[in-house]
Amino acid sequence: MAREMWKGNEAIAEAAVRAGLEAYFGYPITPQNEVLEYLSHRMPELGRAFVQAESEPAVINMVYGAACTGARVMTSSSSPGISLMQEGLSYIAGTEVPMVLVNVMRGGPGLGNIAPSQGDYNQICKGGGHGDYHPIVLAPASIQEAVDLMPVAFELAHKYLNICTILIDGSIGQMMEPIQLPEMQPVVRKEYGWAVSGAKGRERHILTSIYLDVPTEEKTNLRLLGRWREAQANEIRYKEYFLDDAEYVVIGFGTAGRIALSAVRAARAQGHKVGLFRPISVNPFPYKRVEELCKQAKSFLVVEMNTGQMLKDVQAAVRNRIPMRFYGRLGGVMPFPDEFIQEIQEMIKNPGKPDDDPADLWYQRMMAR
Amino acid sequence: MAVTIVNPQNLVYARPKGFTDTPTHYCPGCTHGTAHRLVAEVLEEMNILDRTIGVAPVGCAVFAYNYIDVDFVEAAHGRAPAMATGIKRVLPDRVVFSYQGDGDLASIGMAETVHAAARGENITIIFINNAIYGMTGGQMAPTTLPGMKTTSSPNGRDVETQGYPIRVSEMLATLDGAGYIVRRSLHDPKNIRLAKKAIRTAFETQVHGLGFSMVELLSTCNTGWGVTPVESLTWLEEHMIPAFPLGDYKIAPAVAALKF
Ligand SMILES: Cc1ncc(C[n+]2csc(CCOP(=O)(O)OP(=O)(O)O)c2C)c(N)n1
Ligand code: SF4
Ligand SMILES: [Mg+2]
Repeated sequence: MAREMWKGNEAIAEAAVRAGLEAYFGYPITPQNEVLEYLSHRMPELGRAFVQAESEPAVINMVYGAACTGARVMTSSSSPGISLMQEGLSYIAGTEVPMVLVNVMRGGPGLGNIAPSQGDYNQICKGGGHGDYHPIVLAPASIQEAVDLMPVAFELAHKYLNICTILIDGSIGQMMEPIQLPEMQPVVRKEYGWAVSGAKGRERHILTSIYLDVPTEEKTNLRLLGRWREAQANEIRYKEYFLDDAEYVVIGFGTAGRIALSAVRAARAQGHKVGLFRPISVNPFPYKRVEELCKQAKSFLVVEMNTGQMLKDVQAAVRNRIPMRFYGRLGGVMPFPDEFIQEIQEMIKNPGKPDDDPADLWYQRMMAR
Repeated sequence: MAVTIVNPQNLVYARPKGFTDTPTHYCPGCTHGTAHRLVAEVLEEMNILDRTIGVAPVGCAVFAYNYIDVDFVEAAHGRAPAMATGIKRVLPDRVVFSYQGDGDLASIGMAETVHAAARGENITIIFINNAIYGMTGGQMAPTTLPGMKTTSSPNGRDVETQGYPIRVSEMLATLDGAGYIVRRSLHDPKNIRLAKKAIRTAFETQVHGLGFSMVELLSTCNTGWGVTPVESLTWLEEHMIPAFPLGDYKIAPAVAALKF
């Protein structure tokens, strides 16, 4: 199939359709509106379900209902809307039904702005809703990668009976890139042993997240944890660039990782032995691989569009073995490659000590600007 | 010699097929059990038990699925109409109903209720109006009557600071998407029979694709009201019916023309 120019949000929507999306529920919020708008004609055209709901709580509970039938179901939103969905997400996790969520992050907190941000990393990766659960989170850095991850997201959600989130920011949602879309997959509704559909010729199915009997709730938590541990063992995804001989490693996800690639290329051209590690599965996080990289690297530079949320995960893997540096831009400000190049140069000049606090040093530098 | 007392000729009352053998957890005297039974009878009579999916609320009826013998899901507080929408849109040929209390439907879930009706969502809601939050211990509900004592309006609902009760059926009846909206009561046998007929009509509305249907059932919460079961029936009749008049608030012409 030929390469075509597609806007990120629309490409994601079409990729979901081609991955067998059966039902989409949404509510307008910038910068993800094009997903909703695109699917408002595409889904009915194919005889599939589409509803523009009255609010994000309604959206996520429509998703919840549809997910209980075993259908491939998705919603998309941006930061404030995702906050409103957290109750429903917790119920979906607790009921052990599959769904795909697309979060096109924007600047926050509060109403914030509509510029690209990575400020929701903690909310999305660490749970967000109440209770002990672990959603699977994939963070593509380009439209093509997002498109390629859509069928994967549905497969993971259904395999692990879990929420699978595609975590991007407004820049990936809004920009246009040449991409190749996958072939259309047929919609296949599997006969799940748990889904509701009317108890014709079988025992009835009950889907709930209430377990008043406390030991049963503990067992449920352990069942969730068991599936999560399986995902941790099998679903680590990342991309490495120029790491073979790298003495310095830049780590960034999504758009920050993509900008970092330009900076790493430029630093390589200047003769520096720098590489890039870009986590794609930010939950489960590739802790082991980061730990291995400590053995070859003199220092890490972590770059994010937040105050260092993923940094904590990197630190958990590094455990003060090597010095680290952090650089973040906040509230919707996009970093330029030049800023990262400068950070790389500073790191090489003065890698610091393993027990330096990279977030603290970065804050001091920001305030001194 | 064994004597068969119950044989098909003299059997006038039995457990409906749509009802499980599990004893309900409701307080003695509560009308939730009556409402459940009516739903189970109607689903059995319509022969749709095996293509019906129920949506249970957060409220005393949270375990409705233990008693009504169909596929069931358990919604978040107030979100049952949205969840029912999600199911119905994916499985349009199945029968989907929610069963909700007044706190669930008319307070936290009011937006979901109104918009499901406005969309003409082909679902049925059984709405239990007992003028109180039963499950959490008898707090004021959006349907609590002026002057009525609850654990969060201990001196009686003061309309100056706590506002007025909401008449949901009247409100929803103004929406074009609503096909069938009626209010009935469960305080005596005659009214229970009328309630059952309304529940049947509501499900027929859905089966025929005629839009949103809701049956509001005035119900008792003798525990929350702090009265005996018998007193609660009289209290319902004397106080609730004047505030929430029984009647047909919206019957779309196509619903009125239904023959069953
Ligand atoms: C989000 C949320 N808020 C509050 C509660 C606590 N809660 C449980 S049931 C209930 C009220 C139920 O009252 P109603 O819907 O009238 O049902 P009833 O018990 O009277 O049948 C409340 C407030 C909850 N479970 N979830
Ligand atoms: S608390 Fe009220 S509504 Fe709940 S079961 Fe008891 S009587 Fe019924
Ligand atoms: Mg109530």
